[in-house]
Amino acid sequence: MPNQPDLHLWLILFFPLLGALINGTIGRRFSKGLIGSIAIGSVALSFLWVVRSLSELGQLDAPHIERYFNWITSGDLKVGFDLSVDRLSSIMLLVVTGVGTLIHVYAVGYMDHEEGFWRFFSYLNLFMFFMLILVLAQNFLLLFVGWEGVGLCSYLLIGFYFLEKYAGDAAKKAFIVNRIGDFGFSLAMLLLVVSFGSLDMTTVFEAAKKLPVESSVGVLTTIALLLLVGACGKSAQVPLYVWLPDAMAGPTPVSALIHAATMVTAGVYVVARSSEIFLKAPIAMEVVAVIGLVTAVVAALIGTAQNDIKKVFAYSTVSQLGYMFVGLGVGAFSAGIFHVVTHAFFKALLFLGAGSVIHALHGEQDLSNMGGLKSKIPITYWTLLTGAVAIAGVWPFAGFHSKDAILLAAHAHAPWMYWVGVVTAGLTAFYVFRAIFLCFFGEYRGKANPHESPAIMYMPLVILALLSVAGGYLPVMDWLAPLYPVHEHPHDMTLIGISLGFAFAGIFAAYYVYVLNPGSADGYAKSLGGVYRAIAGKFYVDEAYDAAIVHPLEHGSRTVLLNGVEQIVVQGGVSGTVGVARWMGGLFRLMQGGNIRSYAVYALLGAIIFLGVMASSGGAR
Amino acid sequence: MPQLNAVPMSWYLILSAILFTLGVAGFLFRRNIITVFMSIELMLNAVNLSFVAFSHQLRQVDGQIFTFFVMVVAAAEAAVGLAIILTVFKNRRTLSIDEVSSLKN
Repeated sequence: MPNQPDLHLWLILFFPLLGALINGTIGRRFSKGLIGSIAIGSVALSFLWVVRSLSELGQLDAPHIERYFNWITSGDLKVGFDLSVDRLSSIMLLVVTGVGTLIHVYAVGYMDHEEGFWRFFSYLNLFMFFMLILVLAQNFLLLFVGWEGVGLCSYLLIGFYFLEKYAGDAAKKAFIVNRIGDFGFSLAMLLLVVSFGSLDMTTVFEAAKKLPVESSVGVLTTIALLLLVGACGKSAQVPLYVWLPDAMAGPTPVSALIHAATMVTAGVYVVARSSEIFLKAPIAMEVVAVIGLVTAVVAALIGTAQNDIKKVFAYSTVSQLGYMFVGLGVGAFSAGIFHVVTHAFFKALLFLGAGSVIHALHGEQDLSNMGGLKSKIPITYWTLLTGAVAIAGVWPFAGFHSKDAILLAAHAHAPWMYWVGVVTAGLTAFYVFRAIFLCFFGEYRGKANPHESPAIMYMPLVILALLSVAGGYLPVMDWLAPLYPVHEHPHDMTLIGISLGFAFAGIFAAYYVYVLNPGSADGYAKSLGGVYRAIAGKFYVDEAYDAAIVHPLEHGSRTVLLNGVEQIVVQGGVSGTVGVARWMGGLFRLMQGGNIRSYAVYALLGAIIFLGVMASSGGAR
Repeated sequence: MPQLNAVPMSWYLILSAILFTLGVAGFLFRRNIITVFMSIELMLNAVNLSFVAFSHQLRQVDGQIFTFFVMVVAAAEAAVGLAIILTVFKNRRTLSIDEVSSLKN
C-alpha cells in the first residue's frame, strides 16, 4: 500500500487501556468524579480518534493496515501486532466506541451508590480495550487475544457482586461455556496455519478466494464450522446460549454494553470477517442459518415467560443474535452487520432503560412488582417505549430496516426461513411489549418509592432513543456492499407487510392480555399446561446440561479424581515422600551427635574412602 | 643440597604420613584439650613437611609459600586456642574434652 497515512491506530486501543490502568491501580484513592471522568474521558478520546481516523481514511476502498512489530516468529509462521481498518471494522469501531461512551456516561450515574466504583470502571475500560483489539486485529491470533480478553472482562463484570453466590456462579458459567466455543476457535486457527501457513487475514482470505467452492465437507468447511463453534459460544447461539441469560447477574450497564451491544456481536463479526471462507463452504453457511433460526425461536419463546425484566431482554438479545446469524447464513452479511448496529442502539437502550427502572425502584427487577410507572418515570417510559417499538420492527424505527433486510434475504434463500423469522418477530413484539405493559401500565404493585433517574443517566437514554428511531436510515448496507457479493432482492411489499402485520399482532396480543384484561395471563398459561411449563422452565436446557454434563463431571471428579487420584496418588505420593525423608533424616540424625571427635572420624573415613577410590581407579590422572 | 637429594622423595612422604596419622590418632583418642591441640599442630606440620618436600622436588616455590601461610595461621590459632583453653580451665577447673560439652543440645 503506497502512501498510506500513519494514523496511529494504536491510540484507539491505548486510551481505554490507560484508563483501565490508572483506575485499576490508583483509582481506589480517587473521588468518584475523578474516576468517572477518567473512564468516560478515555473512551470518548478513543471514539474521537476513531472518528478522526475514519475521516482521514475517507472511502476505505482498500483496508488500511498498520504493522507495528513482529509478535511471534516460529519457523515460517510470522504473527505480527498488526491493526487494520476496513469498511466492516470501521462500522464496528464506531458502534463499540460510540455506544460504549454513552454507556460509560450512564454507568457513572447508575453505579453511584455502589461499592468498588473504581474497580468497575477499570474493568469496563479494560473491556473496551480488548473489544477494540478484537475489532482492529489484522490477524486471527490478535483477534483471539481480544476475544479472550473480552471473555475475561465479561467474567469479571458478571461476577462484580462477587459476595453473592449467584453472581460468582453466573460468571463461572459464562467463562466455562465460552471456553467450549474458544476451543473450536483455537482449532480453527491451527487448521488455518496448517492449510494456509499464515494467520494474517488478508493472506488467508486471498488464498481462500482462489479455492473452489466445497460441495462436501473439506478444509474450508471444517474451518468455517470450527469458527462457528467459537461464534456460538461468544454470541450465545444454540446450544451454547445458556450463559447469556445468567450473565444478567452483573450490573445493568454491563448487561447493556457487553451482553447486548458489543461483545456478544463478536461472533457475528468474526463470521462476517471470514466471509471469504464461509462463502466457499455452503454447508457451513446452511448450518449458520439453521442455528440462527433455532436460537431465534427458542429464545423468543422462553422470553415470553420470564418475569425478571433483565431476563426478558437477555433472551431477546439471544433471539436477535439468532436473527443476525440467519442473515449471515443466507449470505446477507451486510444485513447481518446492519442488524448488529441497530440492535446495539435499541438493545443498549432497552437495557439502560431497564436499569433506569431498576434504579428507580431501588433494585427491584421482578415485573410482577412493577406496573403503573408510566407517569412516575416518564423519560424512562418514553425512551424504553422507543426501544421496544424499534425491536418489534415497526416502520420507520431502526429494527424494522435491518430485520426486514434479513427476512427478505432469508425469503430469497428459503421461504420457510422467512416464515419462521416472521413468527419469531411476532413473538419478539409480544414479549417485549409484555414487559413494557407489565412495567408501565396498570396499577403499581411494588412497595419502593419510584423516582426518575438523574440527567447523567437519562441523557444517554435519549441519545440512544434518537438513534433507535433514525438508525435504520444509516447507509450501513451500501457502505458494506463492496465487501460482499450482492444479492438483489425484489423489495417485495407483501413480505414486508406480512412481517409488519406479525409485529402489530404481537404488540396487540400483549396489549390485550396485559392491559385490557390484566390477570388473564394466568388463565392462558393454565390452558397451555405442559407447553407453558416447558417454556417457563426455559425448556429445561440448564437442567439437561446439568444432568448430561455437569453432574457426571462432578461425580467423576469426586469418585475418580478426588477419591482415586487425589487421595491415593497425590496424597500417597506426598505422604510417601514425607515418610522417606523422615526415615532418612532419622538415620542421618544419629551421625550428628555433637561429639567433635566422631565428626573427625567421619572426615577420616571419608578421606580413606576417597583415597581408596582414587587408588583403585589408577590415580588422579 | 646434595644430602637432601640423597634422601628419596617417598621417605619424606612416608614420614609426613606417619606424623599426620599420629596427629589424627592423638586428636581422636586423647582427652586432654592441650594434647588435642598439639595433635592438630602435628597434623599441620605433617602437611607442611610434604609441602616443602614437593616444593623442592618440583623446583617450585609455591609449596614453601604455602607453608608460611600455614605457619602463620597455626600461630594465630595457637594464640587464640591457648587463650580459650586458659579461660576454660579457669571456669571449669578441668581440661577433659568430654566435660566441656555445654554447646551440645
